[in-house]
Amino acid sequence: MTTDGAGSGPTAIIERRDLQALFDVLLQRGYRVVGPTRRDEAIVYDDIAVIDQLPAGWTDEQEGGRYRLKRREDAALFGYAVGPHSWKKFLHAPIQQLWRARREGDKTTVEHEPPRPERFALVGVRACELHAIAIQDKVFLNGEHADPHYRARRNDAFIVSVNCGKAGGTCFCVSMNTGPKVAGGFDLNLTELLDGGQHRFLIEAGSDAGREVLDQLPKRPATSQDAKAADAVIAATASSMGRSMKSDDVHQLLLRNLDHVRWNNVAERCLACSNCTMVCPTCFCTSVEEASDLTGTESSRSRRWDSCFTMDYSYVHGGSVRSTTRSRYRQWMTHKLSTWHDQFGTSGCVGCGRCITWCPVGIDITEEVAAIRSSEPH
Amino acid sequence: MPAQKPRLAVWKFASCDGCQLTLLDCEDHLLAVAGAVDVAYFPEATRGEISGRYDVSLVEGSITTTHDAARIQDVRARSNILVTIGACATAGGIQALRNFANVKEYISIVYARPDYISTLATSTPIAAHVKVDYELRGCPIDKRQLIELISALLAGRKPVTPAHSVCLQCKLKGNVCVMVAHGKPCLGPVTHAGCGALCPSYDRGCYGCFGPKETPNTVSLSRQMAHLGMDEKNIKRVFSTFNVNAEEFRAERQRHDS
Ligand code: SF4
Ligand code: SF4
Ligand code: SF4
Ligand code: SF4
Repeated sequence: MTTDGAGSGPTAIIERRDLQALFDVLLQRGYRVVGPTRRDEAIVYDDIAVIDQLPAGWTDEQEGGRYRLKRREDAALFGYAVGPHSWKKFLHAPIQQLWRARREGDKTTVEHEPPRPERFALVGVRACELHAIAIQDKVFLNGEHADPHYRARRNDAFIVSVNCGKAGGTCFCVSMNTGPKVAGGFDLNLTELLDGGQHRFLIEAGSDAGREVLDQLPKRPATSQDAKAADAVIAATASSMGRSMKSDDVHQLLLRNLDHVRWNNVAERCLACSNCTMVCPTCFCTSVEEASDLTGTESSRSRRWDSCFTMDYSYVHGGSVRSTTRSRYRQWMTHKLSTWHDQFGTSGCVGCGRCITWCPVGIDITEEVAAIRSSEPH
Repeated sequence: MPAQKPRLAVWKFASCDGCQLTLLDCEDHLLAVAGAVDVAYFPEATRGEISGRYDVSLVEGSITTTHDAARIQDVRARSNILVTIGACATAGGIQALRNFANVKEYISIVYARPDYISTLATSTPIAAHVKVDYELRGCPIDKRQLIELISALLAGRKPVTPAHSVCLQCKLKGNVCVMVAHGKPCLGPVTHAGCGALCPSYDRGCYGCFGPKETPNTVSLSRQMAHLGMDEKNIKRVFSTFNVNAEEFRAERQRHDS
């Protein structure tokens, strides 16, 4: 698990042709390596073993409700923004068994599902995603009700982060102070450098585990030239955000406007399909489901991702509290941007843009905030 | 377990038999089903006479004749729990297209001896005639949902057949959205879950076999499908399939009826 704060320590350069060594070392150390790969015309996160499985030379174009892969003019390995998946699919499994019960004669035994530790190496984690993981850590690892299943998957995770070399069309991490520069929470951090026809990576360690792995990699010391090139990459990304949102006062802005007509307007477009919550890297809600078999001898309980956009989500005796789409969209947006602060002390949004891109009708959280803001006297 | 096995009946009205066959298609589970319930009436699979009461009746098909309109009353009277299975029973099925046309004209075109045909002008769901306790959506129904329903009824609990969108299931599977990434129209956002996002998993838009989900916003989805290049005629057509007679799909179809 990552320990340090910001990556300090010396930086090094690893050549593109040597980067497979990173995968080899991680696999040798018993990690399950997962990272970006091209599938079904998108860049998804999946198990990868060799560097050739990274989407070399591909990028994405993103807009509200639209995502397309495009060829790049170079062979960058990380030359795209975040896609439809987030790391929560590994750390906070979509479906998690909780317990099973068995009846034999008059006796019933209940067996809790044991946490199943998994050593993930997450390769290609972006700055906004590190913040999202930190937010889910807060939700799942703190307090009396820490989640043993999340912990078992999170504890030994090794994180290889990447400073973004390209902002997506729906990105707004700069507005949310979460990127594009990685600032801690990693074991190793990469910046992909392509200037001067030399394909290489600036690499730094952020933890003891990271330093151990780095020691095993072929590398040379980074020059001030390399460091400058890396700064330029990050600055270029920061200045090309696809979206922006004034976030310092959004917490109160929304709470002041709970009866705004804009909620009616967005409800008229919103499908209440739940895609935004499913793709959001910080949304953590689940529903609990019971199962029993035909013979009446076994039953079990599991949980699965749920969303505040479903009617069941707010079902209490007699009906759903949030029966209108207006109230459900408002729940989602005020939770992300307002009440998350009250609940967890941070924003629930890291500005990754997924909810905008993967909304089938392109509803844009930054646009909704702007619409409400513009109706207030300055 | 009850001392006596619950009696189960499977009834057929206007339908293709596909949903009943789903029960026979339950392979591994079939013996367990047979062990747990007494399949007392199921013409597709067993001989057995209609007699007495049934604990659970699975009803397939829609009502299209006066004879069937009377028969469903008898089925209801004999059943403790009545479950409709499939789009015909829950919405009227594809044959409900007749509700928008002149049935007499159809008959004269299709049959050599129209005078032999006795039929109603409409195809209506079972719930339009009698009280329905549970429904299983789909064309055809999903066998996991059928097993879940029978298991739940045996245990005396509520079946887990959530009414949210197909999108939610799509996302649980990690599918890439065909609408957003491939520009293909998809009815998933307005369609009731249950199939496990079958079509989007094979790179096709959802056809809406499971009918409208809870609170569907068909107007907004149609607008987006038009934006993706679908013309009025085809928007009307995608809402004119197995669930054409379901209230929200029927209304959306009519909106594009120019
Ligand atoms: S609310 Fe949207 S932009 Fe913010 S973190 Fe979630 S998916 Fe990303
Ligand atoms: S926005 Fe909705 S789904 Fe996401 S964490 Fe909040 S309540 Fe849960
Ligand atoms: S905002 Fe978009 S993705 Fe979210 S529920 Fe509404 S239509 Fe679906
Ligand atoms: S492919 Fe269809 S069902 Fe799946 S998320 Fe996209 S719109 Fe929803």
